[in-house]
Amino acid sequence: MRQIKYREAIDEATRQAMAKDERIIVLGVGVDDAKGIFGTTRGAFEQFGSARVFDTPLSEAALTGMCVGAGLRGLHPLLVHARNDFLLLTMDQIVNNAAKWRYMCGGKLRVPLTIRAIVGRGWGQAAQHSQSLQALFAHVPGLAVIMPATPADAKGLLMTALSMDSPVICLEHRWLYEKSGPVPEDPYYIPLGQAGVVREGSDVTIVAVSHMVLEAVQAAEALAADGIQAEILDVRSLRPLDSDSIARSVAKTGRLVIADTGWKSFGVSAEIAARIGEALFGRLKAPIRRVALPDVPTPASSALEQVYYPGPREIAAAARRCLEVALPEESAERPAPARPRDFHGPF
Amino acid sequence: MSRPQRAAARGGADEVLRGLSPALLTDLYVSMRRIRRAEEMIVQLYPEQEIRCPTHLSIGQEAVAAGVCRALRPTDTAVSTHRCHAHYLAKGGDLRAMFAELYGKATGCCGGKGGSMHLTAPEVGMLGASAIVAGSIPLALGCALAASLTGSDEVSVAFFGDAAAEQGVTHESLGVAALRKLPVLFVCENNLYATNSPLKVRQVTPDIAPRAAADLMPGVIVDGTDAVAVYRAARTAVARAREGGGPTLIEAKTYRWREHVGPNFDIDLGYRTQAELDRWMAKDPVTRLARRLLRAGVLPAARRQALEAAVEAEVADAVAFARSSPFPEPESLYADVD
Repeated sequence: MRQIKYREAIDEATRQAMAKDERIIVLGVGVDDAKGIFGTTRGAFEQFGSARVFDTPLSEAALTGMCVGAGLRGLHPLLVHARNDFLLLTMDQIVNNAAKWRYMCGGKLRVPLTIRAIVGRGWGQAAQHSQSLQALFAHVPGLAVIMPATPADAKGLLMTALSMDSPVICLEHRWLYEKSGPVPEDPYYIPLGQAGVVREGSDVTIVAVSHMVLEAVQAAEALAADGIQAEILDVRSLRPLDSDSIARSVAKTGRLVIADTGWKSFGVSAEIAARIGEALFGRLKAPIRRVALPDVPTPASSALEQVYYPGPREIAAAARRCLEVALPEESAERPAPARPRDFHGPF
Repeated sequence: MSRPQRAAARGGADEVLRGLSPALLTDLYVSMRRIRRAEEMIVQLYPEQEIRCPTHLSIGQEAVAAGVCRALRPTDTAVSTHRCHAHYLAKGGDLRAMFAELYGKATGCCGGKGGSMHLTAPEVGMLGASAIVAGSIPLALGCALAASLTGSDEVSVAFFGDAAAEQGVTHESLGVAALRKLPVLFVCENNLYATNSPLKVRQVTPDIAPRAAADLMPGVIVDGTDAVAVYRAARTAVARAREGGGPTLIEAKTYRWREHVGPNFDIDLGYRTQAELDRWMAKDPVTRLARRLLRAGVLPAARRQALEAAVEAEVADAVAFARSSPFPEPESLYADVD
């Protein structure tokens, strides 16, 4: 199968969905410029023109409300933000309106709306350009939250979101944008609420979110070298969450490590741990381990970023703890993690 | 031509009514009377503790909803606020479904999910209300955007209060609507108070409308106790919007007679005076229009009394319907989400 990049998969999904459904419009700051949100919206602008793909003022709250209203009147807006941090300007419209309008009116109206927003990381973007806020949105009934980790999932999940008539928030990790993978050319739809099995194994289950899926794969390779077979599940959608698939895997392995791109406290890893604790208390062979961000804002300095972000090493260590396997010997001094080879600034 | 029609054609002695048909003027009166009597019924029933939701009454403010909505078509849309009874009724929302909603019944306009603050009637273009100040304003932009992208000449209305002028999203919405020339009416009901906080401690000017100038759109101040004046202002704004001229901000000076939320008067709280309330009650929009239409020969007393009796029957029927309707089934809690 042909290989395309994550960002190309998003572009293709957008254009194919727009070709099928003329109700879809794309808007957001910079969607029609030469860079087109890192190459994800410019194609749609060139194909469908300024009536359906247009730049906007930096009025995120009004734009989000406008999209809700347009949804009530039969359009399906795709609102794009270059960072998910900007969604904090629109919380009233997302949480009080988009998520609740259908319920408040007894189901008489629906809000077809897809919001894409990017999770930043690295290059000193600091505390307001690299948050991973999925837990805030996944907390709210009436919203769906997806976090595709592969190009194929990015296309299939976004196509599904754009075919739905309820609000979906699609959070895309910036470090995934240049990753390539096999993606079918024809339109296809991946249902929300189905986790993907990335790797099968019998010793420990690693449930990973977004970019942590890639880090979990590296961790699993290191574990395999020591004879530990990790099963990796990519949650793909947080709300709805595929608790059943996670529980099935953990019932088999008896051990669970959760790797999230967000903060640890009150986050996605806490929710998954709670659900599995409720479902499988007597069948767990070890405490559930979580790998997530420490409870501090993102620092700017690359030296501090390296401390802040957990990676394959932390995921593998958590798995070994579940298995009560001694950790590999490490020097007391923390080794400098490898800088990602295919990502560099400026943004 | 009947006598009232001849009088109206002449304009009677009242220049303000000139050119407006007796049917239209009568509609304005009946619309206000229905709102007034429905809300007075809420006042009467509220102590029974069967209307178990916060009710923000529009008594004193009826002319704004009636005047604006008479300038709209059923296919035009409106969104509103926590104080939405008047807008819902003036837009043509069903009175039975409103009372049933207040009673939390399955037959309510929102199936018992919304209550007083979220009245919705999509069949007549009433698309709902947000109980967050200014929260629904940008939704009107979206309705207008959908209309403009689909080639329709529908217009949309955002009703809001004076406190909305203190919210950022209001100014964002004015800017976006002006930029894209969206067919929107921004209708501010300036009733001088946000809960119990007077306008003068919240804003530097007593007027909301001048904000429109910053976004190069018309900003119109109108007497919000005069349904005819409101209608004329709205008609002008609607025509402009339909023709692609873009949005208008209409500020209607009005007054809420009763407490911010609930059925009572609240002079005892001390944030406003009895003298102030008396001044505004003397400008009662409902009786004022009745007197004016009587004097002009548009709506004689006998005809008015017949219409009022019909409103009374309608309100009584709506209350009976609400009371006799079933509550929602427990499983409906989980419907209409996810």
